[in-house]
Amino acid sequence: MKTIKLLAVLFISTLVLTSCGDDHDDDHDHGSDEELITTVLYTLTDGTNSVVLEWEDLDGDTGNAPTITSGTLTANTSYTGTIQLLNRTESPAEDITLEVRAEGDEHEFFYTNTAGLTVTKTDTDGTNPIGIETTLVTGAASSGSLTIILKHEPTKPNDGTSVGAGGSTDVEVTFPITVQ
Amino acid sequence: MVIYQANAQDCNYSFSGKITDFHDNSLIVGASIQIINLNKFTTSNLEGEFVFNNLCEGKLTLEIKHVACETKRLVINLTKNTFKEISLEHHLEELKEVVVKTNTKTEVTSIEKSLKKEVISNFTDKSLGDALNTLSGVSSLNTGNSIVKPMIHGLHSSRLLIINNSVRMFDQEWGDEHAPNIDISSSDRIDVIKGANSLRYGSDAVGGLILIRPKKYAIKDSLFGSTTTSINSNGFGGNVTSEIIKTFNSGYYTKLQANYKRFGDFKAPDYYLTNTGLENINASFRTGFNSYEKGFDAYYSFVNNKIGILRSSHIGNVNDLVEAINNREPRIVEDFSYDINFPRQNIFHHLAKVEAFKRFKNLGKLSLQLDAQLNRRKEFDLRRGDLRDRPVIDLQLFTASIQPNLEINKFDNLKINTGFLVRYQNNDAIVNTGANTLIPDYNKYEVGTYAILDVDINETSEFSAGIRYDYSRIKARKWYVESDWTALNYDVLFPEFDTGIVDGLELLTRPEFTFNNFSTNLGYSKRFGKDYSFLFNYGLAQRMPNPSELFSGGLHHSAARIEIGFLTINKETANKFILSLEKNNENFGFSISPYYKQIDGFIQLIPTGIRTTIRGAFPVWEYNQVDARIFGVDIDINKKLASHFDYKGSLSLLQGDDLTNDNPLIHMPSANFSNSIMYSNNDFHQLKIGVNQKTVLQQNRFPDYNFTTLDPVTQQQVFVDISSTPPSYTLFGFSSSAVFYPFKKGSMEVGFNVDNLFNVSYRENLNRLRYFADDLGRNLNLKIKINY
Repeated sequence: MKTIKLLAVLFISTLVLTSCGDDHDDDHDHGSDEELITTVLYTLTDGTNSVVLEWEDLDGDTGNAPTITSGTLTANTSYTGTIQLLNRTESPAEDITLEVRAEGDEHEFFYTNTAGLTVTKTDTDGTNPIGIETTLVTGAASSGSLTIILKHEPTKPNDGTSVGAGGSTDVEVTFPITVQ
Repeated sequence: MVIYQANAQDCNYSFSGKITDFHDNSLIVGASIQIINLNKFTTSNLEGEFVFNNLCEGKLTLEIKHVACETKRLVINLTKNTFKEISLEHHLEELKEVVVKTNTKTEVTSIEKSLKKEVISNFTDKSLGDALNTLSGVSSLNTGNSIVKPMIHGLHSSRLLIINNSVRMFDQEWGDEHAPNIDISSSDRIDVIKGANSLRYGSDAVGGLILIRPKKYAIKDSLFGSTTTSINSNGFGGNVTSEIIKTFNSGYYTKLQANYKRFGDFKAPDYYLTNTGLENINASFRTGFNSYEKGFDAYYSFVNNKIGILRSSHIGNVNDLVEAINNREPRIVEDFSYDINFPRQNIFHHLAKVEAFKRFKNLGKLSLQLDAQLNRRKEFDLRRGDLRDRPVIDLQLFTASIQPNLEINKFDNLKINTGFLVRYQNNDAIVNTGANTLIPDYNKYEVGTYAILDVDINETSEFSAGIRYDYSRIKARKWYVESDWTALNYDVLFPEFDTGIVDGLELLTRPEFTFNNFSTNLGYSKRFGKDYSFLFNYGLAQRMPNPSELFSGGLHHSAARIEIGFLTINKETANKFILSLEKNNENFGFSISPYYKQIDGFIQLIPTGIRTTIRGAFPVWEYNQVDARIFGVDIDINKKLASHFDYKGSLSLLQGDDLTNDNPLIHMPSANFSNSIMYSNNDFHQLKIGVNQKTVLQQNRFPDYNFTTLDPVTQQQVFVDISSTPPSYTLFGFSSSAVFYPFKKGSMEVGFNVDNLFNVSYRENLNRLRYFADDLGRNLNLKIKINY
């Protein structure tokens, strides 16, 4: 039994020695939300004219309600679209789109609408679409809404719907759309 | 075969005796005397005498217990009618730690349930909450299966005081997903005090008190210990726990203990619960000196928990939640793995304590306790880019206290305990997280004083009364979004907190609050008949709001909800009544404890609406205060069915009401009952085989906070059912154990247990992850304990 007792002492002391020690960084500055996305810009160009859809909430999850700037699209027109995600609480504003593009295999944008639009993703992470770059084709004059969803860690490839892709939602914004 | 032998013997012997106090030879009334190997019980009468008749010739292993005495064991070889005077160390209890000593009295008048070492050691690979969950009236609020918060009569978090080795735990207990950082394998006994808030520890035990007690060691030269190894099929893991104790004739003692636990992904009946693994390392060291006149005890422990949280529970917004609820299956199911990825918690808790006492003739005992704790909590979430490896929450809580106590015991039938407390607490919200902090930096100062009176009215009844006053002051430093500050009307209510310092959109504020809390306590106990007792407790408790109730404000990622606390939240006041009628008897015993709690200004967190953010819509949960009432009854029964068969059953009924809104209270435990039958044979390797059943009924009384939200994809309103409760479920379990003696010295105990025997799929209403996945499936457990 003496050996068992010795082994017990050894076991206990190994645990004690290996698990003490933890870093403590003591920084008393004002913390800020470095993941914050304040602004979603969807810029659509048909070659000559451009329309910018803007969804902005500068004070984050609480505080004031967001401001939504929509636009009017021309019927039966093909647009080139680009998404930009910004954190405008930083100066200069931080472009979060760069991070999303760098981690393209873990992100994907999804576009749904009730305004007769056809949105096609034109960029890839190497194999699968990301959706920062798109073409948007309008149909006949109508009105409705356009929803843009950014999923983090979705299933890739997927059935093209945000529900089918799963993952967790990083951005979900809806714009009213008029096509005339 | 054993029975034949017994029949062949002469079985007309009697064994009688008298129990006296070792110090003054006074008679000890009501001591329980058990012949362990025959499972016979009796108690000493008013003359301190007892008798067992119709005994066979042979060896008797006796255990003699009395509430204020050291339990004594002795072996007697019975060859004729025997009388023996047995002296108990009546004061030895007082040599124990302060925590145990003050409670020898509280025990008499308080209503409580205990877990002994044997039960605790069945839970070494689970948690404190799981172990306590086996007691009637105790349930738990879970986040998955590894984060288990104990709940007494539906109350948890800041409403329960957890006293670990006489130190009140401060481990950021305010959060729903913050489980107590306690290594249960280091404890010897756990008491749950439902009635009588022991005023010694604080005025805010609205729910009750959990006392985790160390063992008192005999004064003799000895070296002993034990090692337990446990292996489980669910999670493919287990733990190793070891303790070794050295005691000396001089009164000195030392104990070293450590525990290592490791599990991979747990499994529900139909799928693996991806990212639910865990790793714990705990160790403790204690040393001290004991004598009648003076003594000291020093204790240090650390707990390091790394706990994976179900991967599928990380959701982005309310539409993700709707999908999770509708899908029924977790959205991410991967093969088994030991990896602990994101989300996860990583927690360190250091606790150190020194206490010393000295006795003074014709006065009593003076003791002093110093303690300090450091709790560091890091919560990791799924994040983008460089923030990936940085915690989203990183809080460090430091607490230190000084507590002198004077126990005046010079009077015969009266004991007075009085003392005071000075405590300092600092919370440091570590800024390096790159996220807004939910809980701000603060300093808290507390001063408290109390006096407790214990009176022996007569041989069979006791009375206790106590009063306590606490002053606390909290000074915080928090950045508010300026538009929030004005929207909440704080610029009008609390202009004095505004520092005028603005950084971007945020305003620096310095909220300061002072609270004066009073509490009282009355207890009465009466024993009658052979083994009946009646107890009554009344308690008034007051609790100041905790930091999350005051300061929360923002998105709680893991819960996918915005949680908002308010500076206007005030203290809550509880009036608690509890009765208990008990019959302590091996052949048929029971306890019936009805209770009623009226809590004014009850602080609750409830859903109040929806807010649109750039991530989509989130439910908003706000703290508010209502008048509440919780009442119910806990019933326990034990019955001897046959010579080797014992039955145990328990039933808990509870109802909680929000009286202000005439609504049921949220997150209240539903009616539940359990039955178990145990076969035990002490003559054959102390063999024990048992089956148990536990049924939890569906909670039909819940507040309806369901809402609808716009699904942006379909542009349709969808119904979000966050309130409906899961159906009733019944689980069966199997347990067995036997003791062997393969070594010259010491013993080996082998146990085999099965949880959720029939691999039932179920969800528990009080599990916060019930929207996302089923609870655990079947688990086979093999346990080997070597005592040496």
